Amino acid sequence: MAEGFTYNIETIDMLTQAEVYGKMLVEMGHRNKNIVVLTADLMRSNKTGEFFRAFPERSFNVGIAEQNLFGVAAGLARAGKIPFVSTFAAFASMRACEQVRTDIAYNYLPVKIVATHSGLSMGTGGPTHFATEDIAIMRSFANMTVIVPADAIETARAVSASLEWPGPVYMRIGRGLEPAAYENDRYDFQVGKSVLMRDGSDVTVISCGMAVLAAIETSRSLEQEGLSVRVVNMHTIKPIDRDAIVKAARETRYIITAEEHNIIGGLGSAVAEVLAEEGLPVKLKRLGIPDEYSEIGYPEFLYNRYNLDPPSMSAAINRLREQKAF
Amino acid sequence: MGGISLAQTTTKHLTDRKELEKFLKRKVADAQKKVLELARIAMGGHLGGGLSMIDVTVALYHHVMNIDPANPAWPHRDRFILSKGHGAIALDAILAQVGYFPEDKLETFNKLDSPFGMHTNAHSTPGIEHSTGSLGHGLSVAVGMALGARLDRADWRVFCLLGDGELQEGSVWEAFMSGSHYKLGNLIAVIDRNGFSLDGRTEEVMALEPLAEKLRAFQWNVLEVGGHDMAQLLNIFNELPPPSSETPTAIIANTEKGHGVSFMVNNAKWHYGAIDSDLEAQAIKEIDASVAEA
Repeated sequence: MAEGFTYNIETIDMLTQAEVYGKMLVEMGHRNKNIVVLTADLMRSNKTGEFFRAFPERSFNVGIAEQNLFGVAAGLARAGKIPFVSTFAAFASMRACEQVRTDIAYNYLPVKIVATHSGLSMGTGGPTHFATEDIAIMRSFANMTVIVPADAIETARAVSASLEWPGPVYMRIGRGLEPAAYENDRYDFQVGKSVLMRDGSDVTVISCGMAVLAAIETSRSLEQEGLSVRVVNMHTIKPIDRDAIVKAARETRYIITAEEHNIIGGLGSAVAEVLAEEGLPVKLKRLGIPDEYSEIGYPEFLYNRYNLDPPSMSAAINRLREQKAF
Repeated sequence: MGGISLAQTTTKHLTDRKELEKFLKRKVADAQKKVLELARIAMGGHLGGGLSMIDVTVALYHHVMNIDPANPAWPHRDRFILSKGHGAIALDAILAQVGYFPEDKLETFNKLDSPFGMHTNAHSTPGIEHSTGSLGHGLSVAVGMALGARLDRADWRVFCLLGDGELQEGSVWEAFMSGSHYKLGNLIAVIDRNGFSLDGRTEEVMALEPLAEKLRAFQWNVLEVGGHDMAQLLNIFNELPPPSSETPTAIIANTEKGHGVSFMVNNAKWHYGAIDSDLEAQAIKEIDASVAEA
């Protein structure tokens, strides 16, 4: 993975070119006149700026006021619009938690939340700007669909799919600079249907977001040691792909989950719930942020600290394999 | 006002202003009595804030707003958001009055599987535009709806009824800020200024005054009115700026918590309460007497 980088407010626009989200919005905006885009003083950071330039009339920057952001989005949806709302994941899930839950999820409105800078991706921004609880929060909201794309291509497909998906969607993405996890974009993205990134028979890594690429690299490197590691990209946390989890449990008996999130309440918990309900005899290890507030540092440093980089993931797999399966 | 005025057909025959006021006052009394009845049969209800908002809401639904109760989704209708969602006991009674559903359905109020509960429910109650209850949410939703109307170049208005206590929520001021920023002349906020929240007088719990000055500083067109004076209410609503205008309007309706029932008026104890048939009878006698006087 790339070394830590430096940037300032002036170069954020340059970096946003790497992110396809803004471009997707513009493309969809031409096709669907009901799409409106909202943000809370972060259009430079969250890639919505392109839509603002292309469709100023359908773009609303409400200033630093996240509660109003999601309330206004609910009202626009009530008036027949399809709002795409972007802010940092920490603010979408926590600062405006109740507006998202009550005005959007409870009222079952087609508001699509694309939350950026999730997990530890703000790096030196520190825990005030980390979102390591958002999956847990959002998946506990009835009506809410939760999607965690692995890279830019998948983000584009998820954004497009969420337009057709009824009801509210919470999508968490990172900085928008995530290296590609997919080798090509010819795959079938379906909400609620995981993607088998690499097949394997000894152990399965079920991952989402940035952890997918780390899992793929881990699988490749362990292959050299003769271990066959399956990698499942669980891009939709809710509704979760139960079949893929059951299949992995039956066929590999060892499961590791990996996510940029507190190990409580996120992907790992969702997978554990399925395994327990199905009564499947597996060894399970959840990788992610242990139940603590993260250190401050460049993401690459933090991923290493929290076992989300390939060497740590390999070590975790080997430790798990040392345990006896039932 | 633009569009076809269907709700006004219920009051259209009242060309004489005095007759109109008399008609609306009778509707207010009926709604007051219905609220008391519901609080009795449901063994509890938000009586204080329910009774304070009735005159304003009756004026809106029976005369001011363009609505079609037979077709709740009529695209040209004016929208009403009850930000103080606990006022559902009064709003649901008034929705029944204007014909969104038969009045006898209200008897299930607050019971299991009823369409009607303590707070408004858009999923189950025809005429409710948005489910509310948690305070400080409604005005933001109303801002979004008004923006939606602007995008469609539609001439319907959004009315948002707020409790004064909920103005203590910071989110309300975010919404006020955005209402004037987006120049939403199609947005009308009515503040039910009954002076009380659950714990007591707003000015003692957390002072709101000088409220009108604060709203003017947020660049709203601010009007004040006696919230139980039907003549004043009609004057104010008749003179609303056109929806195409660029300044949102805030109407501070000075009301009484528990209005119309002597033992409830300005008594924080009756924010939420249940009454027995004796107290109900006493209250109804007072309400009937006040209509007879008018």
